[in-house]
Amino acid sequence: MNSNSLVSISDISKEEILRLLENARYFEENPNHKILDGKVVATLFFEPSTRTRLSFETAVNRLGGRVIGFSDASTTSSSKGETLKDTIKMVSNYVDLIVMRHYLEGAARYATEVTDTPIINAGDGAHQHPTQTMLDLYSIYKTQGTLDNLTITMVGDLKYGRTVHSLLMAMQYFNPTFNFVACDELKMPAEYKEFCDKKGIKYTEHKDFSQEVINSSDIIYMTRVQRERFTDIMEYEKVKNLYNLHNAMLDNSKDNLRILHPLPRVTEIDQDVDDNPKAYYFQQAQNGLYARQAIICRALNIDIKEVQKS
Amino acid sequence: MTGKKELAVAALQNGTVIDHIPSSVLFDAVKILGIEKLDTHVTIGNNLNSKKLGKKGIIKVADVEFPEATLNRIALIAPSAVVNIIRDFEVVEKHQVQLPDNIVGIVKCGNPKCITNNEPMKTRFEVVDRENVTIRCHYCGHSVTNKEAQID
Repeated sequence: MNSNSLVSISDISKEEILRLLENARYFEENPNHKILDGKVVATLFFEPSTRTRLSFETAVNRLGGRVIGFSDASTTSSSKGETLKDTIKMVSNYVDLIVMRHYLEGAARYATEVTDTPIINAGDGAHQHPTQTMLDLYSIYKTQGTLDNLTITMVGDLKYGRTVHSLLMAMQYFNPTFNFVACDELKMPAEYKEFCDKKGIKYTEHKDFSQEVINSSDIIYMTRVQRERFTDIMEYEKVKNLYNLHNAMLDNSKDNLRILHPLPRVTEIDQDVDDNPKAYYFQQAQNGLYARQAIICRALNIDIKEVQKS
Repeated sequence: MTGKKELAVAALQNGTVIDHIPSSVLFDAVKILGIEKLDTHVTIGNNLNSKKLGKKGIIKVADVEFPEATLNRIALIAPSAVVNIIRDFEVVEKHQVQLPDNIVGIVKCGNPKCITNNEPMKTRFEVVDRENVTIRCHYCGHSVTNKEAQID
């Protein structure tokens, strides 16, 4: 077990979150560094995710490290029945850091228990994806200049969307006000509302994606409403267009409003929003690179302050 | 018949009696404690009348004193169970089982996509609510109450 592993956003404190954001900002200004010279990082993608894998591999390459790994478990021994434990133990012999994505929930936590090599969770099923949360936080921080006292509107699939759940947990330190906009079938689960109640976080729930909600927001976090989430297909047909964002809906929104989306988007953000300066989802994905550079350095115990001096 | 049963009970010179187990979970408790593997005298009674529980089960094991941690493993399904330790026909110790903070390797996680259902490994749960006896999977975060929990 390595204490620099990152499995869940709730593993790290407010101070660590703030330090990671500062370091992400440093990497945005100075993306190329040879601080991973001689280090080898494994990217083990038991489930394909091109976007996340390329972002991690770019982060390692820009820091001067080397990458080994696979992008699809069907070409590895796990397709022959090798256990996750054995795969992790074997790879640990070769590398300084393991970045892993797995289709099973809890896989990353288990991996930390079978090796002393640090593990970064790049997504485990519907469970956790902390580097996505860090890039969301960095995007909010960068566009708003602060994480404190913001009104954040979450729209779409609030029931199954792990990104909204993790973001909600991470924002607990920063006195947010949440608007939860979703249909009944996909509304925010009770456990997260209880979490807000316990932490004294203000929230309101809405079925309508109304002008009032939009105009009060500093951040609108859009998510995709997926057909397979519905038990009743009629219900899906009824709600599928209710939570779509069009450019005209932003006419009276705040100047500092930014639209975020974890991507890939389908129809929930109309193409006509893309040219609005408040659309931020493509830059958001780019911020993932800097956030991951900061997280990789944390996992390898590299002090950025020392790097800055040299 | 009654006299014979009482005799069998009284004959326990040394060992452990676990009383006040709800009837519905008696055999789960037997399994958790590994009683099937013992070769000493074991008496199991079930559906006995109980003022507290309506119907209760009881387990009497001769010549064995279980470690505290082993006995506490049944607290999840039988929080009302009472342990009596018998030495030389006397009850020398009597206490209720205690729910531990962590439950390792008894409960099966109800989430089919949890790593614990797909790797040869022990499950691990943390008790998150003692009042309603709710436990959460250490790996996938899935929560269940003791009434829904599947014993592995």
